[in-house]
Amino acid sequence: MGDFFSEGWSWYVALVSVISVLACAVLLWLAGKARVSAKARADNTTGHVWDEDLREYNNPLPRWWMWLFIITVIFGLIYLALYPGLGAYEGMHKWSQQGQHQADARQMRESLAPMYAQFTAKPVADLAKDAQALAIGQRHFMNYCSQCHGSDARGGKGYPNLTQGASGWLGPLSGEHIVQTITQGRQGVMPAMGAAIGSEAAISDLAHYVMSLSGSPHNEIKAFGGKKYFAACAACHGNDGKGNKALGAPNLRDSYWLHGWGEEAIANIIKNGKTNVMPAQAAWLSQEQIHVLAAYVLSLSGGSTELTVQPAPAR
Amino acid sequence: MKQDAQPAKVIPIALAQDDSTVLTSLYQTEGKIYPRSVSGWFSRWRWALVWATQLVFYGLPWLSQHGRQAVLFDLSARRFYIVDLVLYPQDLIYLTGLLIISALSLFLFTAVAGRLWCGYACPQTVYTEIFLWIERQVEGDRVQRIKLDQGPMSTGKFARKALKHGLWAALGLWTGFTFVGYFTPIQELAQEVARLQLGPWESFWVLFYGFATYGNAGWMREQVCKYMCPYARFQSAMFDRDTLIVSYDQARGEGRGARARSESAAAYRARGLGDCIDCGLCVQVCPTGIDIRKGLQYECISCSACIDVCNTVMDKMHYPRGLIRYSTPNGLAHGLSVAQMWRRVARPRVLIYTAVLLAVAAAVMGSLWLRTPFKVDVVRDRGSIARRGDAGRIENVYRLQVMNASEHRQSYTLQVEGIEGLQIASSNKVEVAAAGSLWVPVRVQMPPTAAAAGSHPIRFRIVQDDGRELLEKAVFLVPR
Repeated sequence: MGDFFSEGWSWYVALVSVISVLACAVLLWLAGKARVSAKARADNTTGHVWDEDLREYNNPLPRWWMWLFIITVIFGLIYLALYPGLGAYEGMHKWSQQGQHQADARQMRESLAPMYAQFTAKPVADLAKDAQALAIGQRHFMNYCSQCHGSDARGGKGYPNLTQGASGWLGPLSGEHIVQTITQGRQGVMPAMGAAIGSEAAISDLAHYVMSLSGSPHNEIKAFGGKKYFAACAACHGNDGKGNKALGAPNLRDSYWLHGWGEEAIANIIKNGKTNVMPAQAAWLSQEQIHVLAAYVLSLSGGSTELTVQPAPAR
Repeated sequence: MKQDAQPAKVIPIALAQDDSTVLTSLYQTEGKIYPRSVSGWFSRWRWALVWATQLVFYGLPWLSQHGRQAVLFDLSARRFYIVDLVLYPQDLIYLTGLLIISALSLFLFTAVAGRLWCGYACPQTVYTEIFLWIERQVEGDRVQRIKLDQGPMSTGKFARKALKHGLWAALGLWTGFTFVGYFTPIQELAQEVARLQLGPWESFWVLFYGFATYGNAGWMREQVCKYMCPYARFQSAMFDRDTLIVSYDQARGEGRGARARSESAAAYRARGLGDCIDCGLCVQVCPTGIDIRKGLQYECISCSACIDVCNTVMDKMHYPRGLIRYSTPNGLAHGLSVAQMWRRVARPRVLIYTAVLLAVAAAVMGSLWLRTPFKVDVVRDRGSIARRGDAGRIENVYRLQVMNASEHRQSYTLQVEGIEGLQIASSNKVEVAAAGSLWVPVRVQMPPTAAAAGSHPIRFRIVQDDGRELLEKAVFLVPR
């Protein structure tokens, strides 16, 4: 209950509900007992005539219809006793939407447990060759990962491409590492180096040097001038710019540019840095699901660039 | 009636002189109706329809096709199998079509010959007919049943009642079981029942429909038609003065009265009598307990039992048949011949109903015949709008859900069109299991300068192996 609710409202709702139901019962009882005086007319009308020729027929309800009303009253009282309906009263069954959802989810997990048990018995690397596991992994990927990494796992600007094989991974390409990344998430930090490098011109020169590392089109003279500033980068990216998988520092000598390619994009990252976040998934995915999902992600780098997984054999 | 001198909008009328005041309840307890058994042409038709509808209803779920139940509405898997057809929830339009056809058929039949549906095909009528037959076998016909009910409880009465209700309950349960068998494979259901391992929901629905059958056909009967069925009430809106309805020929029948069979027509006419001998059989056979001689009443379900029984009486009296017959209000008023009445069937209302009904039926059949046995939904990836692919090509990612509505494994080829040089960069072959569906990520690439920045309509062409194809619209985005 929120701060602005007093318990009085709960009582108010409960009282109004109970009084209404009882009032209906009393009305039914009185109406069932009542005897009204009526004119016995040959044409079976009540004798009322409106607008010159509209007559009201006297067609009383059949008595069994009254029992339907009484059944609804009884049903209503039983329902209100069993289920939450009277203000804050929880009902004898203690039923709630959340409880129902959790019970359904638990039942679903239990029914899937034997299948997942057979998957978790295998290491991720072996599972990456299991068609049934991959079909399930792909569905998990579509539900939980594709919003950022794309349905084809090739990502976009700022969202890593997961299909490039071992060389494209910021960290080591292994089942354990993928499981850890999905479970705990990751935070990639490139510190802002603008102040350390100095002037805009210096940053521009350094950007051209970085482009030269991967053989991208660049200005030779600026790149030559920018080489001396690279010492500030080498701590993480290494003297040769090949990066450091232990730190998660990207290889600058390949053609993959996660945060955009070209002088402008690179100069921007040097100057302002970048914090990139992969959110942890443990809150909504179980260990078993992550295990299967990791197998699918691993399979994306496993040689075949095609992502369409053969469906599981029909049951 | 006396009217006030001043005309007023609402005019309460003084009551007639001879009315006497009585005390009455707000509710009405109606007497039980004991319909007498009847045989004749219309009764045989009703039994023919009982057999036809119930053989289909009870028999259909037991038929198999393609290794599965031929007709099965699998709600949990959202697949609806009707012999060779596999329908998805997306095919709801066919259900709409079926409902429109049913409604129009009703309009048509009702305009031509009144409540044919009520009299011959409505489940309420059909099951009441079956339950009445059981009742007759156990308790005897009308007179014996009335006697049995009025008599004191005895071992014999108890045994008969118990047997009747036992048989009713058994038929009701079988009906409920059959109904559930349209939604759960009936052979598995039968095994579960045999092992007493029926699930809670299946048990509930079997009992629910079993009880509904037993209650409606055994106890409620005409009360359902009179008080519960909305449909009974609005059918009279489709009648007109040329609608064939069960009618009593007042001119020929009145005045009523007993007479000797030997009395000549001239003799009883001279006494002021018509052809109605006032035997009351038409009231005794009526399942809704009305007297057809009072004219058309909303309770009349057009079952024609009164026609059948009156014809047997007329035969016995050696009078011509048809004192009660299918006739139209115009026919009775103007003394039209049968041929004249039939000519009036071809009136605008009937012709329009027929034309619309045929058009809708043809449209539904045609669309079923031409429908492609697979479906595709295209969903654009929202996370990445567009990206640069190989050699500066612009790349968009889509997810195609391919649903195979056939009973065989199928393979499909994907193509894309709408921009010069547009092509699918990922695999363009998809295989989907029988009655299965699959999400397929598809990368579509455009040459670097083939289209300006902005949004461009494109189309996916999905071709099944046998050449049948579907076109699905999508949008290709080119970044600035």
